Amino acid sequence: MPMSGEFKEKILAPLMSISTGKDLKFVGKSILRKEGIDKVTGRARYVDDVKTPGALYGKTLRSSIACGRIKKISFAPNIPWDQFTIVDARDVPYNRVLQIESDQPVLCDGVVLHREEPILLIAHEDPGLVETAIRSITVEYEREPGIFNIGEGRILKQYDIEEGDWKKEFAAAEVVFEGEYKTGAQEHVYIETNGFIACWEDECLTVHGSMQCPYYVHKALKYAFKLQDDQINVVQMTTGGGFGGKEDFPSVLAIHAALLAKKSGRTVRLIYDRAEDMASSTKRHPSISKVRTACTKDGILRAIDFSFHIDGGAYITLSPVVLSRGIVHAFGPYKWPAAKLHAQCFFTNSPPYGAFRGFGAPQSLFAIEAHMTALANHLGMDPAELRRRNFIHRGDTMPTGQVVDEDPNMEALLDRALELSDYKTKRARWKRGGGKGISLSTFMHGTGFTGSGEVYLASRVGIATTKDGGAEVRVSSTEIGQGTETVFPQIAAEALGIDISKVSFRRPETKVVPNSGPTVASRTCSVVGKLVERAAGKLKQRLAGADIRQHYAQHGEAYEEVEYVPRPGLVWDDDKYKGSAYGAYSWCVNVAEVTVDPVTAMPRVDTLTATVDVGTIINPVLAHGQMEGGIAQGIGWATCENVVLKEGLMENHHLTNYVIPTSADAARIVVEFMPSPYSEGAFGSKGVGELPMDGPGPAIVSALNDAMEAKFTHLPLLPEEMLK
Amino acid sequence: MKTNVAELQVCSPRSIDEALQQRRDIPGLTPIAGGTEVLVWLNDAKFAGKTYQSLHGLAKDWRYVRANKDGTLGIGALATYSDVRFHPVVKERYPLLVESARVTGALQIQNRGTPVGNIANGSPAADTVPSLLVYDAKLKLKSLRGERLVDLKDFFTGYRRNVMTSDELITEIVLPPPLFMPAQQHYRKVGTREAQAISKVVFAGARSAAGVRLAWGSLAPTTIRALKTEAALQNGADANAAWEILQREIAPIDDIRSTAEYRRKVARNILFEFLNKLANTL
Amino acid sequence: MKQTISFTLNGNSVTVESHPMQPLLYALREDADAPGTKYGCGEGECGACTVILNDELVMSCLVPVVQAEGARVETIEGLANADELHAVQQAFLESGGAQCGICTPGMIMAGVHHLRHPERAPGGVPEALEGNLCRCTGYTRIFTAMKRAKEILSAGGTGS
Repeated sequence: MPMSGEFKEKILAPLMSISTGKDLKFVGKSILRKEGIDKVTGRARYVDDVKTPGALYGKTLRSSIACGRIKKISFAPNIPWDQFTIVDARDVPYNRVLQIESDQPVLCDGVVLHREEPILLIAHEDPGLVETAIRSITVEYEREPGIFNIGEGRILKQYDIEEGDWKKEFAAAEVVFEGEYKTGAQEHVYIETNGFIACWEDECLTVHGSMQCPYYVHKALKYAFKLQDDQINVVQMTTGGGFGGKEDFPSVLAIHAALLAKKSGRTVRLIYDRAEDMASSTKRHPSISKVRTACTKDGILRAIDFSFHIDGGAYITLSPVVLSRGIVHAFGPYKWPAAKLHAQCFFTNSPPYGAFRGFGAPQSLFAIEAHMTALANHLGMDPAELRRRNFIHRGDTMPTGQVVDEDPNMEALLDRALELSDYKTKRARWKRGGGKGISLSTFMHGTGFTGSGEVYLASRVGIATTKDGGAEVRVSSTEIGQGTETVFPQIAAEALGIDISKVSFRRPETKVVPNSGPTVASRTCSVVGKLVERAAGKLKQRLAGADIRQHYAQHGEAYEEVEYVPRPGLVWDDDKYKGSAYGAYSWCVNVAEVTVDPVTAMPRVDTLTATVDVGTIINPVLAHGQMEGGIAQGIGWATCENVVLKEGLMENHHLTNYVIPTSADAARIVVEFMPSPYSEGAFGSKGVGELPMDGPGPAIVSALNDAMEAKFTHLPLLPEEMLK
Repeated sequence: MKTNVAELQVCSPRSIDEALQQRRDIPGLTPIAGGTEVLVWLNDAKFAGKTYQSLHGLAKDWRYVRANKDGTLGIGALATYSDVRFHPVVKERYPLLVESARVTGALQIQNRGTPVGNIANGSPAADTVPSLLVYDAKLKLKSLRGERLVDLKDFFTGYRRNVMTSDELITEIVLPPPLFMPAQQHYRKVGTREAQAISKVVFAGARSAAGVRLAWGSLAPTTIRALKTEAALQNGADANAAWEILQREIAPIDDIRSTAEYRRKVARNILFEFLNKLANTL
Repeated sequence: MKQTISFTLNGNSVTVESHPMQPLLYALREDADAPGTKYGCGEGECGACTVILNDELVMSCLVPVVQAEGARVETIEGLANADELHAVQQAFLESGGAQCGICTPGMIMAGVHHLRHPERAPGGVPEALEGNLCRCTGYTRIFTAMKRAKEILSAGGTGS
């Protein structure tokens, strides 16, 4: 039962009129999700919903060892192998996946470096037979011992920072306090598994898939197949969640699907089931941090010595930049007269770790925030007070060399969070070890790519007039649930001065949209949104007040494109690893309230309060959705999401045994925005996507420590560890 | 779905006799009530069985929860957790069963899964089995050779092993009239989260003039009645003494969901919690 | 061997040729041309495949299609009528209950069932939806949406 466009108008029109504003017409209004009707009616098409008559079903044969060599591959005689398309390393024009580096093979060429590493691809038109066939291939290996612990293998990337005379500060300090903090891996559990459909036509490749970054996929396909730009079209289908899990990983999958399609000459579907997705896809990098701080008896911080170690897995993927974002956030929203940081990412024989919401920052912020609370306890101070005495302010210099030129206003965020949560009363009332706890975290998250990333990206955004008198936003930034498809039209409508209903969002496909960069790094709304604002402004100028419908009728499509221009004075030195790492930061305070069952030590996060400065809110409902969803992921990471690793493999790669919170576990989440606009962000917005992931972990672990009268310094913190 | 369903044989009997004939004649037949366990295995190709018997055609015969005149309760082989959970007589007389059905999976699972399937499946983590053990449930096993009644506590012989012969089906759970006051009954499921969880430890316990019942899940290769601990409590053992005995009746293990040590500590805490509850309701 | 299996889907009779042990989920998506119901895990953990079968909420990935013979199946495709969304759909749209949308069809079916049979979840909405995982929202806006759906219904909105 197809639904007419008219029907959409009929439903949307009255709902849209809910929003009326003062100065701005669309920005700041909870405009309904543009693709919302398709989603609530089941009409949205995800990659697995695409009909492909006559297509083949692909499947990946993966290594069952973590490290070694392939000796022999045998095919059992019970399968009609001649009907199958079989692809191995020899079929890949250039057997490398291009990410930051290109160390990872598309398919194993004799050497295995992690469990579930792809070895062979097979395809057949009968999906049931494909399942039987994949189990009818045996691989014999020569095993070699693997490395599975951080610090034991080769260094993947290292950074060092020294700022001020930290040695002197430690030598002269009234109080020196140190601790070790660990965080576990985390699985994204986007509810839609990874998948791609590939087909070739006249030497041109089209892939449809679930992804965050169409141009990453495009780049990787171009590299592995040695193609020209215009030989590839990457089309994003409605994408059922990403959270970083569909940033780097889809490139591998797209190449695999394209290889099978090329060899078979047919359309090939390569769509993972949940177990394969969980076992083989990337996870959040596990981390170990050692934090040593020097301060006065009154808790005035003097110096920090931070050692930050993360597990990169078997290949480089995005680990260097994960490490980098971790480093910049390691110092928290505090002022440090002197600082030393030593950060290393190590290779192991785990499947490569990859992007996950927060991208290294949740790991280092867990360490500093758990440390701050432990330090406060050590000093006999309220953890809120210790933080208050050390917040960073406008004009202060961060250890990475960035002079803060905005007002973090952490005091105001803190005051409001304490007030909303009734922190003081509860802290006084709930006795340590009494089964209830309340604690906090204060933190920030940088908007956009770290360091000179945005300069290298040089993102471009296009906007075009449409026949019906409206405009179409063309970007490679994807809608993955966070609201791109709605927020960008809001920004464009505002800048163009036309109605929101007239602005559409072009579903990204690389043949059509310019490269506005990847959908990552809390950059979409603020950084790319600013380009949308500028492009729309440019188009408005060109139209010079003309009626768009008439203009289109006379001149055809008017198209304007703009490119990223670095904010003046924003300089980052890659060699020295110094400068302004981000154009702006979002700031936040979390207060967590927990209850622990005395019989089972099962924790429950009752309430999580967040006061938030993410700049101007473009769409309140969507912004709340980002905060609440990110906080829930943070709660899961802290309390129940335990990746059980055996030889680097996620042993619990089923949703039965890797558990994320259900509605029955849901915490009461209270979010209050206290915006301070950022001049270079779209209409003053800053990054919102990753920030909520950073704070719940340390606030919850500290609250659990209070509830249980304990001193845990890691997450996830499981009942098995807490029960006395 | 990792299983190639085209390789499976399925029969769907239309009558009880036909079902029992199939049980007798077709070797390796796995019966399916709601399918909530078997389809999970098939999804992961974790089960080698190729021949299945879908019992859905017998709903008119076997989907019932029946309060009998003699005070017993019959739960048919195809009665779902929801049928049990929302049945007025079960709610009134067998609160542990209501509670354990409520925490089995989510609503969707409760609408398809069956307590009889829970028993036949033989998982030591079964959520309803400890409740049924407390209530002295008996099972009707039927074959073309006839029908027999087996005590649930004697049904399991080892990890996923039981006394059924290959031609039998469990047709009914029979619960004797309830012996226990509601305030003297206690149920605990310790899962990995609040809902939709596999149990790390399950407990059902009750006391009446006739004695104490303690039943556990996930602490041994099968769900168990802690008969020695029950006897000791009956003879006046205090909590610590009871725990000493219980420790020897359980054999928890480390697995992907939890640890033996945690299970042991939780078992102790739940035992104490239960005995405390009893002490406070004297 | 495949069998001919007939059931009603959103009020229309459908007949599929399917292996009897094939989960209903795939019969709906591939044979009955109703891909609105989603795969999420295939093992009854995520609820993305939730449909209403003979007025009962089920995970279609765990129902062998043979057991749907003659049944009444309701999916997300059948909720909206020609010019109006179902109250639960409209509420999810308004309240931000849908983000990436992949859990939405199953979640909405669970919500619809809850409004029809609130007695089935004495613990209210958190219990009614506990079989449906959402990774985007943290459930906050879904709870809001369910409240809103009740308001729409009591104001005479569409929903049965």
